[in-house]
Amino acid sequence: MTAVGATKARPRDLGVRVAENLLFAVGLPVLAVGLWAVWSTRSTSRFLVGPGTLLDAFRQTWIGPAFVEDVLPSVYRLLIGLFASILLGVAAGVVIGRLRPLREMLEPLLEFFRAIPPPVLIPVAMLLLGITDTMKVVVITSGAIWPILLNTIEGVRSTDSVMLETARSFRISRWDRLWLLILPAASPRIMTGVRQALSVALILMVISEMFASSAGLGYRIAYFQRNYLIAEMWSGILLLGLIGVFLAVAFGVVERRVLRWYHGMKEITRA
Amino acid sequence: MRKILLGAVGLLGFLVVWQLIPALGLVDPDYLPYPTDVFGRLAQEVRDLAFWRRVRLTMTSWAIGLTVATLAAVALGTVVGMVPFLRRATHTTVEFLRPVPSVALIPLAVLMFGLQMRAALVIIVYAAFWQVFVQVIYGVADVDSVARDTARSFGLTRAERLRYLILPTALPYLMTGLRLGAAVALILHVTAEMVIGNPGLGRMIELSRSAGDAVGLYGLVVVTGMLGLLVNVVFRFVERRSLAWHQSVLADEAAR
Repeated sequence: MTAVGATKARPRDLGVRVAENLLFAVGLPVLAVGLWAVWSTRSTSRFLVGPGTLLDAFRQTWIGPAFVEDVLPSVYRLLIGLFASILLGVAAGVVIGRLRPLREMLEPLLEFFRAIPPPVLIPVAMLLLGITDTMKVVVITSGAIWPILLNTIEGVRSTDSVMLETARSFRISRWDRLWLLILPAASPRIMTGVRQALSVALILMVISEMFASSAGLGYRIAYFQRNYLIAEMWSGILLLGLIGVFLAVAFGVVERRVLRWYHGMKEITRA
Repeated sequence: MRKILLGAVGLLGFLVVWQLIPALGLVDPDYLPYPTDVFGRLAQEVRDLAFWRRVRLTMTSWAIGLTVATLAAVALGTVVGMVPFLRRATHTTVEFLRPVPSVALIPLAVLMFGLQMRAALVIIVYAAFWQVFVQVIYGVADVDSVARDTARSFGLTRAERLRYLILPTALPYLMTGLRLGAAVALILHVTAEMVIGNPGLGRMIELSRSAGDAVGLYGLVVVTGMLGLLVNVVFRFVERRSLAWHQSVLADEAAR
């Protein structure tokens, strides 16, 4: 009798829980947008617009040819730069992390390069490469590579030495050791690095276009601002925000896949 | 000792390579000047008071921005982190606002404040705030449940709990957030100076670029790198000192 009651009650509990979670998730955003809408009807500020106006501007500005001409190339450069920095950063990180003398030799140098604020590289890249798409990709790569490189070095360095020696005494080939032991062991750190690189890359994408470009998302936003197209400018800011959120979510999905074993292991040790 | 020696060799090697690239004609010295020229110019610059004034301008607004962001983040983060209801209710909002690249706000800041320092401050505060805020929330929420129950059953007041329970738990997180925030604030500040044109090192970089002064440009890049390094070193030092009692630091010391 009680058992039946319990099983019957459970679906409703689940429904209540889902509804509650949903309420918590959208409650504050809905409230904020509502307040914003009310406030915008009374405000006379020149620089702030209401949600309705913003949505209209967003639709008119970005949905259509501008998406293909400005947004896609920007995102494309961002992704190329990111992939290049992941490839280079992980490859160099593995080499530097495995060779101790090399690591000790490069350490002060790497610390210094990491400390240079990445946007400062834009004028340098403009000088060396001119105002080209290659320049923008190089800027994104040269800024985003440091967190990946340094985290990879750290991750490779802290690979369990007992495991490494076991692998060696079992005569596992160098290549297999790299793919089956070192890279997986370093992957949590590598993913941390990539996550930091994401935001740096996005910043550099925008800045490089604000600086030296006649197209692209960053250029558009700066253009709207210079011409006092306030609603359009806000819509650009919104779009950048959406790209940032989308990147973060996409990265979260990838990270959960790649590090599933790691999170699982942590659960076990905690329990 | 060996480490320092090898590090010096690496640094020297880098400078030699840099010197050789234009010397061998791989890149035009107009685009990649000799390091001897760059450091020669730097040696001149550091004797000039105007240079230090620009450094001071940059570092002052950096410090103000970081302080404002930290205070706001600690206050809000403590409240949100301590009340589970608020934590749940703000979660999606935080996750949405946090990845918004702060440079997206540059045009807005320019419109509202023009070339004033406030324009750069808005951006710095926004960028640094999230770094610290998120860490503080994690830290405050990380309080050991046994310790919390113990504190409650011993009848600790709210202020005492804050002082003896929550602060020590959250401090390592706060320090991490502070270190990240300090670096981000410096990056964003130099960026703002470059794009908006507030007086400071960033604007000097942009001016030397448009004037075609490659030697000065590279010199300034080196200077910003040094400042970044200094910020890193100082904050790492503060982190170690303030967490000297903490397990992670103690274990490190023991391993040495």
